[in-house]
Amino acid sequence: MSKVSESADRAENFSDMPDAQGHFGIYGGMFVAETLMAPLLELRQAYEKYKDDSEFLAELDYDLKHFVGRPSPLYFAKSWSEKLGGARVYFKREDLNHTGAHKINNTVGQALLANRMGKKRVIAETGAGQHGVATATVAARLNMECVVYMGAEDIKRQAINVYRMRLLGAEVVPVESGSKTLKDALNEAMRDWVTNVDDTFYIIGTVAGPHPYPAMVRDFQAIIGRETREQVMSMEGRLPDALVACVGGGSNAIGLFHPFLQDSDVAIYGVEAAGDGLESGHHAAPLCAGKPGVLHGNRTYLMEDGDGQIIETHSISAGLDYPGVGPEHSWLKDIGRAQYVAVSDEEALTAFHDVTRSEGIMPALESSHALAYVAKLAPTMAKDQVIVVNMSGRGDKDIHTVAALEGISV
Amino acid sequence: MSRIKACFDSLKQRNRTALIPYIMAGDPEPGVTVALMHAMVEAGADLIELGVPFSDPMADGPVIQAASERALEHHIGLRTVIDMVRNFRQQDSTTPVVLMGYLNPLEVMGYAPFAAAAAEAGVDGVLTVDIPPEESHDLIEMLHQHGLDPIYLIAPTSTSARIQSICANASGFVYYVSLKGVTGAANLQVQAVEDKLKEIRTYTDLPLGVGFGISDAERAAQVSQSADAVVVGSAIIKRIAANITDQTAISAEVTSLLRSMRQAMDS
Ligand SMILES: Cc1ncc(COP(=O)(O)O)c(C=O)c1O
Repeated sequence: MSKVSESADRAENFSDMPDAQGHFGIYGGMFVAETLMAPLLELRQAYEKYKDDSEFLAELDYDLKHFVGRPSPLYFAKSWSEKLGGARVYFKREDLNHTGAHKINNTVGQALLANRMGKKRVIAETGAGQHGVATATVAARLNMECVVYMGAEDIKRQAINVYRMRLLGAEVVPVESGSKTLKDALNEAMRDWVTNVDDTFYIIGTVAGPHPYPAMVRDFQAIIGRETREQVMSMEGRLPDALVACVGGGSNAIGLFHPFLQDSDVAIYGVEAAGDGLESGHHAAPLCAGKPGVLHGNRTYLMEDGDGQIIETHSISAGLDYPGVGPEHSWLKDIGRAQYVAVSDEEALTAFHDVTRSEGIMPALESSHALAYVAKLAPTMAKDQVIVVNMSGRGDKDIHTVAALEGISV
Repeated sequence: MSRIKACFDSLKQRNRTALIPYIMAGDPEPGVTVALMHAMVEAGADLIELGVPFSDPMADGPVIQAASERALEHHIGLRTVIDMVRNFRQQDSTTPVVLMGYLNPLEVMGYAPFAAAAAEAGVDGVLTVDIPPEESHDLIEMLHQHGLDPIYLIAPTSTSARIQSICANASGFVYYVSLKGVTGAANLQVQAVEDKLKEIRTYTDLPLGVGFGISDAERAAQVSQSADAVVVGSAIIKRIAANITDQTAISAEVTSLLRSMRQAMDS
């Protein structure tokens, strides 16, 4: 533990992290079966090579601008801010990206890398279906074969996204093992990868998994925070007082947070899914209520029982329904640079309706968790203070879930 | 001398390839396991790999995943598995037992308490699927302190540099994963396995076991030409799965499979 706190004193470490083996303090690393070590080392090498390659970066920039639609706007939520009666709240509009969420920032990057590495087949896991759609989208464009693994439970609650993936030409494989949700989809994607290592590129959808994924996905998502920095400087003339983002695996959150980590005056809040409430045990909040362990290739906070078995999670939002979290968040929690909180299904739904009615923007249920925390935080702050919240995705995919809760069938 | 080394030394003298069955502890229910271990020894098993159930067995195919789920219905955890080995040792003090599973149960129990309890109960080796040598310094140290052999996997994708560093850390035996895939897959290529074993032998004198995808007596016999040990998992567990409610039938079918493999390997 002393290693962790020492490194916290050295601010430049935020950009030096992780180390060459993918460690963020005691977290992260490469915990996979031997068969996958060679492809992971190959990927690490390719990523190291291309991440500073000007041609690669120019192509990425071009795609982000013309295909994804970046930069995404920073929007002042005037009427909701007034209602909350405290800080000025800005939305970083990742919901306006092509395919409706931040996930595409990462899939565009990884697909370009896959292409450079000569891989003709991509696979992905998905929970809410947003990452699956974002992967199917880039695969269609680059003419790559695409297989998406999705828990059978999630297939039921995200039917629209399943159909979108199929329209895009992807094969969607239902996963019937374990809890039939995101973690099991990830297991199944790993099994596919280990079987087809020669021609397959695994596009992981969040900052979890073995090194180099947590660092690589963070770097592809950090465009969110870099743009936010410029935009808030030009709109407010200063840095924000607080950043807020929901945390499933943690990619939209780290994307927003990372370019601000060295700015110690900027408070950082990651919002996990408390489901029926942290006390109920039915939640998906490993950072708030879990313990460190090893799953899916890295050491991180997990929801597990006394035998080390991973326990089932619960959240109204499929994209947050994951028992682990990216290792960098575990490290940021331990060194105290970010605070992690949780909001319940009910609080998220209230925020979903409030923001939809007061701003004319319908947030994804995942993003609604971040908004629900803003609804608590903003009133405690002064009227000249500034919060930026990541509107990580749009709510169209969730209207069936919301309608069903209100007893309406659409 | 460790039980594993003694076992392989004696097999070598008799010019015999080890037969290593793998079963999941607590599958289909806890009462079956220890009796089945004894029956397998009786039928010709030289060493036993005992699976530790895990909720997320990423390297396993559907057959072993299902075995893990059946065992977890009975809440079989690492401590219970260690107790089963202690129980087994009351009647069998020579057959080596290797625990095979995933890292998280060891992380939660703690490496030191785990190694102490396992050694005390009569466990001989520990194969943790998801910990490559890069991450395993602390675990190896703890296992060695308690006289346990860390068993390592080598894969078809392992480069010669990796094979070298894995062999430097290993003791007991080295486990070659015969194919790119999960346990129980069907794409085993005997010639490719032979070639890789030759390469591995240039880096180590440790016995080489081969597993993943050995489904019948014929394959076992083919692989035993070049390997020092043949590991059979999914083929056994299929027979358990087909007889879930009938302990006598499980024992009969599993031992008959092992006898046929033993016979094919020895002839
Ligand atoms: C809109 C949206 N936000 C957030 C998430 C959670 O993922 P992460 O924590 O990696 O951003 C998802 C995942 O599907 C999502 O679709």
